[in-house]
Amino acid sequence: MVTGDMKHTVTAAAGRGIPNLDTRNQAHINDNDRLPPIVNGKAQFDLASGKYIKVWQGPQHPGITGNMSLELVICGDEIVECKTHVGYLHRGFEKLMERRKYIQCFPIVCRIAVPEPDFNEYLFAATVEELQGIEIPERAKWIRTLNLEMARLASFFMWLGGQAGAFGIGTQGQWTVTMRDYILDRFEELTGGRIYHMYMIPGGVRSDFPPGFTGRLRDTLDTCEATLRDVERTLFHNAVFKMRARGLGIIHPDIVDRFGVVGPNARAAGFARDVRKDHPYLVYDQLDFDVVTRTDSDAFARAEVRLEEMYQSIDLIRQILDRMPMTGPFFTKLPNVLHWRVPTGHTYKKAECTRGEYGYYLNSDGGDKPRRIYVRGPSYTHAVSLMEHLAIGCNIADTAGLMVSLHTYPPEVER
Amino acid sequence: MSLRDIVSPFTVWKRALEKPYTEAKPLLTRPGADRYRGFHINDTDKCIGCGTCESVCQNEAIDLVPVEGRKTRHGDSGLRPRIDYGRCCWCALCVDICPTSSLGMSNEYQWIDTDPEVFRFVPGEENKPWDDCAKGYRRAGGYDLLEAERVPMPMLGFEESQKSFVEMVQGFSKEQAEREADRCVACGICIATCPAHMDVPAYIDAIRRDDLGDGLRIVYEANPLPASCGRVCSHACEYACAMRHKGEAISIRWLKRYIVDQIYGNDYHKFAAQAAEENGKRVAVVGSGPGGLAAAYYLRLLGYAITVYDANERAGGMLRYGIPEYRLPYDQVDKDVQYIRSLGVEIKQNLRVGVDVPFADIYNENDAVFFSTGLSDPFGLDIPGEERDGVISGLKILDDVTKGVKPDIGSSMVVVGGGNVAMDAARTGRRYGADVTILYRRREVDMPADDEEIHEAQGEGCKLVTQAIPLRVEKGEQKRLRLVWGKAEMVPDEKGGRPRPVLVEGSEEIIECDTVVPAIGQQADYNFLGEESAARLQFERGMVVVNEFKQTGDTKIFAGGDVANRTRDAISAIANGHSAAKGIDIYLNNFASETR
Repeated sequence: MVTGDMKHTVTAAAGRGIPNLDTRNQAHINDNDRLPPIVNGKAQFDLASGKYIKVWQGPQHPGITGNMSLELVICGDEIVECKTHVGYLHRGFEKLMERRKYIQCFPIVCRIAVPEPDFNEYLFAATVEELQGIEIPERAKWIRTLNLEMARLASFFMWLGGQAGAFGIGTQGQWTVTMRDYILDRFEELTGGRIYHMYMIPGGVRSDFPPGFTGRLRDTLDTCEATLRDVERTLFHNAVFKMRARGLGIIHPDIVDRFGVVGPNARAAGFARDVRKDHPYLVYDQLDFDVVTRTDSDAFARAEVRLEEMYQSIDLIRQILDRMPMTGPFFTKLPNVLHWRVPTGHTYKKAECTRGEYGYYLNSDGGDKPRRIYVRGPSYTHAVSLMEHLAIGCNIADTAGLMVSLHTYPPEVER
Repeated sequence: MSLRDIVSPFTVWKRALEKPYTEAKPLLTRPGADRYRGFHINDTDKCIGCGTCESVCQNEAIDLVPVEGRKTRHGDSGLRPRIDYGRCCWCALCVDICPTSSLGMSNEYQWIDTDPEVFRFVPGEENKPWDDCAKGYRRAGGYDLLEAERVPMPMLGFEESQKSFVEMVQGFSKEQAEREADRCVACGICIATCPAHMDVPAYIDAIRRDDLGDGLRIVYEANPLPASCGRVCSHACEYACAMRHKGEAISIRWLKRYIVDQIYGNDYHKFAAQAAEENGKRVAVVGSGPGGLAAAYYLRLLGYAITVYDANERAGGMLRYGIPEYRLPYDQVDKDVQYIRSLGVEIKQNLRVGVDVPFADIYNENDAVFFSTGLSDPFGLDIPGEERDGVISGLKILDDVTKGVKPDIGSSMVVVGGGNVAMDAARTGRRYGADVTILYRRREVDMPADDEEIHEAQGEGCKLVTQAIPLRVEKGEQKRLRLVWGKAEMVPDEKGGRPRPVLVEGSEEIIECDTVVPAIGQQADYNFLGEESAARLQFERGMVVVNEFKQTGDTKIFAGGDVANRTRDAISAIANGHSAAKGIDIYLNNFASETR
């Protein structure tokens, strides 16, 4: 029946050497006799039978959170196979940096996660500082922490609008994108740039607060908080949103570790894991916050975790403004950056971005350029292997909602 | 699901009455934030075209290009940065690192044009609407990628230094030298200014790499007297240094000294260039000062047999006999000379050309002659009484000290002059316990001596009296002599030159002292050439006329150093010697057979 190139094999998680996945999706496929039979964890189907259609979603699609595409095989309106395709955004940052002096890597790293560039800046700076043995001033630590929380908040706002939009609810997206822009206004006056801040340079940060900054930041937080309450009322208590998000894309707790699921995706599955708490960096050990968790592990639970973390970010920023030293140096002198040779060694630093653990591995051979920089973006697992797994059995109309609920940024998949 | 989930979404309507968030463009224009990284501005009069912006730019968006109306001069390449907005990522590292702080960014972020070429532009040279924009990104105070301050040089304090001839500048340690070398931005603007065009950034880089052998090799490419120059060079490079615009210039001279100090003279041959096989041609060098030694060194490398004729007991010329030991210890001159000698250069000491051996003999026995005999004849004060006992020229005092003769100074001396010889004589006087006063005709800013010399002379207790014109020397009452001088006022020069000192009529001041030391310059003595040879050369205001290869009117005779250049310092003499070596090589290989 099946011959030659007509033969297709499902690339489900099972096909990646992870046997006996006890998940809803797997069970669903086996229960439904409309779907192709599974042999050795791979769906067997014949496109020529006319029963299956191949559909591409992306690389230009509002539900794909950036430039990547999903190659879907559907049966009726259910997905039987999902393959992810990346490469539309590949700029070779990691390789570029091997040809750049350390200081010249600094303007590059922010581009690895466009909506949330600051984690790249922080982690790049932190790895270099560790190998060089630089201790940044206390005030720089607070400013960096503030910066990271502002970035988390802005990034969550962008996700929130996307999540609503993916389920056909457009109004709240207008609000949240505006709130993000208000935060970008604060970034602009603090760093000189809206999107690519290029602010956390090795040694500290590039400038102090502009006059009146903290007052305006507090005002912005108040605006954001008020809008967030409106969003909560109209989206999280919205029949359409609840019906479509509940039960969608359940990440079974058993596969959290096997797939390397992190961040809100893991916390919504009941794992109280947060790098800020488990391995505190900067000044997180001096801030009061709890790790947010849920247990339903569906798109709605993940949305709730993120919503609560947004309130948490607003609270953390206020705590930072209350507690940080308002004077003092914000930068410590570097060796001449034109000749800077970082001592031989390697290190890995991580931080909790909106998608989970973000990591930078730096290997120096003692030269003036990094020997190797490896960026661990959480979207790699979430957008590629986890998505391919969760999509199976999903209704095609919910693909966008599912993808956004994993909160993925393709640029960090392909560094 | 509850009733609330049906009803609450309708509360979005309350926002329908709010004002829109968006700006009504183009009716309203939102300005960028005060420190927004918008389009570049450059104060191109402040900019020196050092190209540090170009080096730091990771996008290669910046090129240094010639611009109309700007010429290369000392400390300014004459180039200006052109920025390609097709490549720029607005990271502003160029602004952060700019040593002159001429680069900045306006907060303007809109620029619309149909011609893509215009987006590659030279900020500051092409008028843009945002050129005068005070807002926009500038490097913040408290954040700096470069180090403005020098690593302090360990030196003897003035209390200590004036007691002896021990070298005052003690030299960098490895850690200090590497830290100082690290400050350099390697722009190379110093190379053009150095008379010998030493590749300063390259040898500073060798210090950073801790490859001092390579550093020595680079140094010797343009300067065969580095142990001496590393101490007493007039360091024009440091006045041109890009870092001087930010704070203090790189200690280029002392970094060179650091390289040389770390390597034993006997090990030099492992690193510096080797001499070529002898090519059978002979060149005579008259005078063993920096000019003569440089010519001898480079000619020897090219394979010529060299004989240096020197009137003194030891080689080095003014390096040895004109500079006191606390600035340039004799063993350092020896180190330089010894290496040149070790390459096979023959130096005949105590042989005065024109007296002990006729110049004509040397001329006839050699294929070419280079002379660099310096200025040995001090100018007199040209005032009544200067023939009295106790009037001793500065050069004579320095010469005596080198030769081990205690100069006849007495307990107080007045030095007349404002150059380095005057400072050297004055500070030497302090070391023999004399009270020293320095009289200078013009203002302190006009003094030709190096700033640090003036500072150190005063630090060691020499009293400086400026705008003072000596009138006559008389017999003293308590002391040997009495110097009468008058006050001068500075009169602006109508031709636009520097202001001239003019005696204030009737003003007379008196200093009693044991010694009066004229140190107001010296001139060359060409008697050694003999009438016949001298007739073939041209002279102008006391100097030999030479072409760019230091060739005189007699094609076989070359000249350099103080007799042939007006800069009159060691490094210029070395540069002359190097040029002459090239000139002699070209002449002997291409033209000499026709004329002989």
